[in-house]
Amino acid sequence: MSAPPAAVSLAGVGKTFGKGAVRALEDIDLAIAPGEFVSLIGPSGCGKSTLLRIVGDLIQPSVGDVIVNGKPAHRARLDHDYGIVFQSAVLYDWRTVTKNISLPLELLGWSRGRRNERVREMVELVELSGFESHHPWQLSGGMQQRVSIARALSFDPALLLMDEPFGALDEMTRERLNMELLRIWERSGSTIVFVTHSIPEAVFLSTRVVVMSPRPGRIAGIVEVDLPQPRGAETREQPRFFELVTEVRERLAGSGAATAPTEPALVTEERV
Amino acid sequence: MSTVVQPVPRSFGRTIGRRFRDWLPALVVFVLVLVAWQGLVEVFNIRQFLLPKPTAILGALRDNRSDLWSAGIVTFKEALGGFAMGSTAAILVALVLARWRRVGGAIMPYAIAANAVPIIAFAPITNNWFGLLNPMSKMVIAAVLCFFPVFVNTLRGLTSVEPASIELMRSYAAGEIETFRRVRIPNALPFIFTGLKVASVLAMIGAVVGEYFGGPLDALGVVIQNNVALFDFPLAWAGIIVASAFGIAFYAAVAVAEHFLTGWQPAADSRSD
Amino acid sequence: MASRGATVGPAVRSAGLSVLVLAVLCAVWEAYKWIGERAEIRWPFPVNERTMPHVHDMVGQLFEPSRRNGPLLIDVLLDAAAFTAKEAAVGFVLGASVGFLIAVALSQSRLLQRGFLPYIVASQTVPILAIAPMVVVGLGSKGVTGWVAVAILAAYLTFFPVAINTLRGLQSADPRALELMHSYAASRWTILWRLRVPASLPYVFSALKISATASIVGAIIGEAPSSIQEGLGGAIVNFNQYYSLEPRNLWATNIVAAALGITFFLVVAGAERVVVRRAPENVA
Repeated sequence: MSAPPAAVSLAGVGKTFGKGAVRALEDIDLAIAPGEFVSLIGPSGCGKSTLLRIVGDLIQPSVGDVIVNGKPAHRARLDHDYGIVFQSAVLYDWRTVTKNISLPLELLGWSRGRRNERVREMVELVELSGFESHHPWQLSGGMQQRVSIARALSFDPALLLMDEPFGALDEMTRERLNMELLRIWERSGSTIVFVTHSIPEAVFLSTRVVVMSPRPGRIAGIVEVDLPQPRGAETREQPRFFELVTEVRERLAGSGAATAPTEPALVTEERV
Repeated sequence: MSTVVQPVPRSFGRTIGRRFRDWLPALVVFVLVLVAWQGLVEVFNIRQFLLPKPTAILGALRDNRSDLWSAGIVTFKEALGGFAMGSTAAILVALVLARWRRVGGAIMPYAIAANAVPIIAFAPITNNWFGLLNPMSKMVIAAVLCFFPVFVNTLRGLTSVEPASIELMRSYAAGEIETFRRVRIPNALPFIFTGLKVASVLAMIGAVVGEYFGGPLDALGVVIQNNVALFDFPLAWAGIIVASAFGIAFYAAVAVAEHFLTGWQPAADSRSD
Repeated sequence: MASRGATVGPAVRSAGLSVLVLAVLCAVWEAYKWIGERAEIRWPFPVNERTMPHVHDMVGQLFEPSRRNGPLLIDVLLDAAAFTAKEAAVGFVLGASVGFLIAVALSQSRLLQRGFLPYIVASQTVPILAIAPMVVVGLGSKGVTGWVAVAILAAYLTFFPVAINTLRGLQSADPRALELMHSYAASRWTILWRLRVPASLPYVFSALKISATASIVGAIIGEAPSSIQEGLGGAIVNFNQYYSLEPRNLWATNIVAAALGITFFLVVAGAERVVVRRAPENVA
């Protein structure tokens, strides 16, 4: 039985900055199947954002192979195979909400009619109707981030890369956007790689949580999240949710001492 | 969701009212200074040498308005030509240096040091290059004066882009030209206008002072200077007021253009307060 | 050895780069002149020995006698530069002090700002240099010596950048630091000297660098029409009259004027390094 081609496949990826002075990442092996929602979690300095940028071909790895959608990461970037959301919304001040969302569509050469059509859908998807002609400074942080998500999804990329997208938001806004993100993920069927440092957020959103350890960044373990889909507010109250949060927390606590990457097989064993 | 900053819709009447309140203190100062000036000159019977009475200056302004106006136009054309040449060159050079950052970084300190050269002192040389009566001789001085503020601000605007904005464009596989067109240049616009506003004032000053080393008889700088030589100080001051008015009008015109081209920003009065 | 090389390196490299930049500029000048004379370029201006003397001729002129059996031109010009520098320095100190005081006064009251700021800004559009003779003669009639009058002109050009930038700097203090001061029940005066003035220093210095140049411009242009012969402005007017006979004298004078402007700028930039021990900020 041949496995379906991975959405993202990392083999032996390592990254050193400077003249080998800082080892940011070492021996990263990870395969992400299409439609998965994978979180990368770890303390600051574990290289999780660097890893995300390597997947997006915004940073070149020092060693190892990165395959995205069955092609080298560089090719995938040129083919617009992924959308990216940063911690700050990175909206252009001089563009309205509508024009910010349509930026990638302009670069892809879509016709005006098609662009308007799609932007309307996107505005509805992220519930920003009525704010189409607002400029970024007129929006709250949460709304700005929703524009940024709409922009990333506007051209239907198969893969969505998110770098702590809700890290700068207050807890209430964050939980609401978590729900919205899940809804969007279910509807679009895309693959999401999500960097976060919030344990409940990672467990709530993901199908798998990749726990990373710092200096050099390695995969310390992978936790399969078997919470039922679709998830909602009640998911956060299930005993299983708390068990999984505890498991990720313990793995993070133990990761500082971990010297070798743990085999995924071991994770399954431990969880039983 | 947290609060949304809505632009406050302001009625026309309230805008006018607010404007008036903002400018009232300035108006009061203006009237007080004029009255005090006039009073001091009359009461103490000061010889009208350095500072003639405001009424005398206004009279000179009224009696010679058409001559002063046409002289102002002659000089303003020189200023405008210099402004256009200097600013265009500055923006082009800044674009090139923003594309090749390493070269830009190396050249920047020299550009700043070169700005310390007293450029107006070179007016006699441009007069000799182009001829006293050729407007080009003043335009070049005005152009060099305009170059530096526009260049420094433009380069700063082009290079002070959030790194994530550039990453975003890279994630779209956008090329260098697209990145300039859609990120760097729009980002630089407010900076460019800061430079252009400074340049507009410098251009007018450069033209007037450039004429000081000689120029056509119908140019404002020459008119002012000749009246100083004839001891007609009210008329000389009237000329200064015209020069100043042209400078302010030029500045205001650039500010209006800024308002239309960078209208995405929060309104100026909500920023400065 | 290696560590010493590393510390000496940047200074040597930047000096080397300066020489290189200067050499490139001279080369461009000579190349344009060479091509211009052969191609008989007439636009924008005719290129010939009169409009564009050789670089080595301009510099060489400095070491020729200024007149028959007289002192070398460079000695004459250095004396003139010292005289102009005196006017500029006095004007600079005067203008910067006035500008600073105006900013402190305006920073204390919104009403004062609304009343006076527009005129301070408008003062920049007044081409004061065009009436320099009037000012010098007018002040002279009040018993003010010529060079002091020129210094006052230089001060007029100097005060504005300092006033505007200092005001901006005084208002740039971190609101949280202000709250902290208020929590100590600090007086207005204490807040001004302990918080606002230190916060304004980077802004003040970026203005002083602009003013350094402005004071030189004011001194040179102020001298020219006031029959003050001792300074560079006088030299420029004088040599300008004989330009068609001897263009190199005017060029040499302008080289000295440029050097004086850059020297003033570098002195202020050096003082900034000593006083502002923080990361240089992007304040214009």
